[in-house]
Amino acid sequence: MRARVVEATVRALQKAETSLPLWVLKRIEDAALQETNPIARSHLRFMLQNVQIAESTGLPLCQDTGLPIFRVQMGRDLRLDFDLHEAVAEGVIIATEKIPLRPNAVDPLTRKNSGNNTGPGMPDIILDLVDGAGLSLTAFPKGAGSENMSLVGMLNPADDPFDFILRAVAERAANACPPLFLGIGIGGTFDLAARLAKRALLNMPGTAPQELELLARVNRLGIGPMGLGGDTTALGVRIEKACCHTASLPVAINFQCWAHRYATEVIL
Amino acid sequence: MTEYHLRTPLSAADVEMLHAGDVVFLSGRIHTARDKAHALMHRGGSPVSLQGAALYHCGPLIQEGRVLSAGPTTSGRMARYTEEILELGVRAIIGKGGVPGEPFLGRAVYLAFPGGCGAAAALRLKVCGAYLQELGMAESMWEFEADNFGPMIVAIDAHGKDLYRDVKESAQKTWKH
Repeated sequence: MRARVVEATVRALQKAETSLPLWVLKRIEDAALQETNPIARSHLRFMLQNVQIAESTGLPLCQDTGLPIFRVQMGRDLRLDFDLHEAVAEGVIIATEKIPLRPNAVDPLTRKNSGNNTGPGMPDIILDLVDGAGLSLTAFPKGAGSENMSLVGMLNPADDPFDFILRAVAERAANACPPLFLGIGIGGTFDLAARLAKRALLNMPGTAPQELELLARVNRLGIGPMGLGGDTTALGVRIEKACCHTASLPVAINFQCWAHRYATEVIL
Repeated sequence: MTEYHLRTPLSAADVEMLHAGDVVFLSGRIHTARDKAHALMHRGGSPVSLQGAALYHCGPLIQEGRVLSAGPTTSGRMARYTEEILELGVRAIIGKGGVPGEPFLGRAVYLAFPGGCGAAAALRLKVCGAYLQELGMAESMWEFEADNFGPMIVAIDAHGKDLYRDVKESAQKTWKH
């Protein structure tokens, strides 16, 4: 079983780094057809070409192959007799050599690179316990361009969270490789809001009226692909909520670039 | 949106001719530099002449001397060095997301390569030298031979036009209303 987790990690990373989920591609294709700004249109078409090149050559579509983030869904009835984190880390080390991936993981203070994308805290595994005895793993390599623009705001309950979000997007979107996917966490605590925002990206796309309304408002900002102007600033918005203290209003925005890369392997 | 195919080293006339919104393809030598290479150049100068150069904000993925993926990184992190980099004779900075445009006036352009398009970029680039290798793969200063590298958009020109500034100002107005 441990060997299967290692192999699934390598396979999921390989797929995530060299292709995009079909629904993500479809959204970029639709945007390229509807976009009225010529610079924006040419950027969107080039992005689609780039994905085709990555798929046909098996090379990473972006040189920022990201930090190794995973979501593991594990059945409550399943018992593992090995260290899951260690097995996934082994898969990351193999994938770094094999695909290959750029070594991105460094010590935060000395800035020394581990050379294999692992180290204290990396890979980062989001563990979900689900019904049954199954096991699946989603690789979600996260690049720094969009992650660096992400933020948590501890708002006053009297503030409008959507104003906060729009202001942050207007200020930061150009650096995050738009058109964006926006994972929004509203409520909880300081750290729970951030975790909700990351999870929102994995639960994309949002279809609730509130999510569609925010998507439309973001697109009216006119920031466009790569911040050079256009109708297409975001391709998806998902909001995850949790109860918060009556005195608090935490809001987290996890920016995701147009290359919303992730891939799932079912192990059991 | 005029399309230009240019070769490095770039001349003052090349830069003068370009206007925001134009499309540029570059051939010839281009040099990468990101966070650590900029910090080192700030302390000790460039290891190679950058007269007329195109400096690419990029941390490529390279295996055995072959460029596998090499799109742009966020230029904003290097913005504090723009003035001194242009002082070295750099005539084009290539990146994504932009930097404040004032230092470019009368001498240089900022070219936007579509972010995230590393696989497509790599097809147009060959390694022909490497400096500051002790900084590791992403942070080294790589010297590439570019063959029609593009399409890049002139996002900041030498005449005072800055597409990022215009788009951001307009977005902020929209948000406030």
